[in-house]
Amino acid sequence: MGTVPSALKHCLSYQHLLKEQLWIAEPPAAAHPAQELQASGLPEYIKIVEVGPRDGLQNEKVIVPTDTKIELINQLSKTGLPAIEVTSFVSSKWVPQMADHEEVMRGIERHPGVQYPVLTPNLQGFHSAIAAGATEVSVFGAASESFSKMNINCSIEESIERFEEVIKSARDMNIPVRGYVSCALGCPYEGNVVPDKVAEVSKRLYSMGCYEISLGDTIGVGTPGSMKKMLEAVMKEIPLSALAVHCHDTYGQALANILTAIQMGVAVVDSSVAGLGGCPYAKGATGNVATEDVIYMLNGLGINTGVNLHAVMEAGNFICTALNKKTNSKVAQASFSTGSIN
Amino acid sequence: APRARLTLPPCQVSSAAAATGAYPKRVKVVEVGPRDGLQNEKNVVPTPVKINLINMLSETGLQVIEATSFVSPKWVPQMADHTEVMQGINKLPGISYPVLTPNLKGFQAAVAAGAKEVSIFGAASEKFTQKNINCSIEESLERFEEVMKAAKEVNIPVRGYVSCVLGCPYEGKISAAKVAEVSKKMYSMGCYEISLGDTIGVGTPGSMKEMLTVVMKEVPVGALAVHCHDTYGQALANILVALQMGVSVVDASVAGLGGCPYAQGASGNVATEDLVYMLNGLGIHTGVDLQKLMDTGTFICNALNRKTNSKVSQASCRL
Repeated sequence: MGTVPSALKHCLSYQHLLKEQLWIAEPPAAAHPAQELQASGLPEYIKIVEVGPRDGLQNEKVIVPTDTKIELINQLSKTGLPAIEVTSFVSSKWVPQMADHEEVMRGIERHPGVQYPVLTPNLQGFHSAIAAGATEVSVFGAASESFSKMNINCSIEESIERFEEVIKSARDMNIPVRGYVSCALGCPYEGNVVPDKVAEVSKRLYSMGCYEISLGDTIGVGTPGSMKKMLEAVMKEIPLSALAVHCHDTYGQALANILTAIQMGVAVVDSSVAGLGGCPYAKGATGNVATEDVIYMLNGLGINTGVNLHAVMEAGNFICTALNKKTNSKVAQASFSTGSIN
Repeated sequence: APRARLTLPPCQVSSAAAATGAYPKRVKVVEVGPRDGLQNEKNVVPTPVKINLINMLSETGLQVIEATSFVSPKWVPQMADHTEVMQGINKLPGISYPVLTPNLKGFQAAVAAGAKEVSIFGAASEKFTQKNINCSIEESLERFEEVMKAAKEVNIPVRGYVSCVLGCPYEGKISAAKVAEVSKKMYSMGCYEISLGDTIGVGTPGSMKEMLTVVMKEVPVGALAVHCHDTYGQALANILVALQMGVSVVDASVAGLGGCPYAQGASGNVATEDLVYMLNGLGIHTGVDLQKLMDTGTFICNALNRKTNSKVSQASCRL
């Protein structure tokens, strides 16, 4: 299509366009939690839950030194992200990447207005987490029996009983608990997952006391079609304001699925800086959706997140350098290439 | 956890979505890999490989496969073998093999080589037009008028592309009104379809919706297509919004062939596999066999000695 100039890096208009799109300036005034819908029917504000330091790093091949983890979290704390999942209080036998959970929890800067949830799969983990200073915890259920058995060696029912203990103790101490439901749109063992099952497990966790339920497309097989059906079933049991989506981009569907969810009114989205975290079920495939790409989309929709995209890209650049890997974020890839970010 | 065998999930036919009128029941996928894709790849592909690629694509159920570009090899060396390719491919009945024809000379060469459909490229940005083809938008349309006239005489349908519909590497923001103006001109000139291209992939569902709203006032939605680049990861979300607004023709490139000439190392075209995966999940009929498409993607990536840009392909590959 004709000649293409090579020195586009210096093209000011492109830079300006990107700066507008990337909102490299300070983000708009801090959001208020009241979920108002814009004229477009989309939420005015979306809470981004950053899972890179936990879900991301847990699924990376390279194990990251403790101070790198702490530095990453500290950088993320300065981006405007309202919630950053820090680590997992699980036995290092199972998840060696999270063996330094205590050190990380104690070592990070705690910024006011930012939540630092940690995973606590059982009571023991919960107690360690509290002792290390945690003020919010998460528990993980699954909508698939096979997945539950393979992952934590027990049935869904048994896992829920285990979480019951955690939630009870947490309630006694006024510690909020977030509930995750894995395999919401498909299971690596069972294949199709019935929306009613997702609704059932979500309802259990919610009635037990989880303040929020994050619905996870664990293997990224979902599409806007299955996302819609699943949310319709879950929304019958759980108020919209208590729902979050945790989409994996393994099949490139994450942003389309997230868009579908927010069109239905969901206003909490999980993502991972630089798209950290591969998929343990498909070698070489990607996992978490990249925070940068989510924010780029939300900015373009005029939805407030309170997050400075440029700052997230810098944190992403930091961790990718430390991990010696390329970013999984297309926004970061494109922005670094055009010289908009150096 | 032990490695689970991840098979391709069954087509999740969701007739509910299509039935409520939220999405079109059928979408025509226009495959641009052999032209837009290969033109923007670093490695030049030998003619027999191109021909084999197109032949394989012809077996997937795709109805439209953009074969090549009749442009001077001085400008686009990757497409220098346009005549050989056009004459060498199997042309299956029911499949259209459009080619780019930037001017009358190219058009004539295309028809002589057997082309039965052609495409012309406009842009919604003056600077982009200047930089790309060294003239103004108005002048480019005059040039195309010649092609349109000649095409009409021999009953050859012409598809019109409009570049930079959601942003320009030189001008930055592009007004939706400008996109509508250029689209309308090309449509009234006689293009049967207008493919709106997010050339640098900067668009989002927000800007896509805004742009389409304005364009749809001037061009019927049945004559519109979207050509989204995935440079910022927004392509499928942008396409989803376009579908919700009634667009039912979507351009894509097998294996996501074709980088972005404006951002070194960044991706370009959206991958056909990922698009078809999404459409399958929405219960939208495309007629495309995803497995055969992935096999074709594997073939061309091996030939190009590169990894696929399709996430569906990447995920389904068991190493």
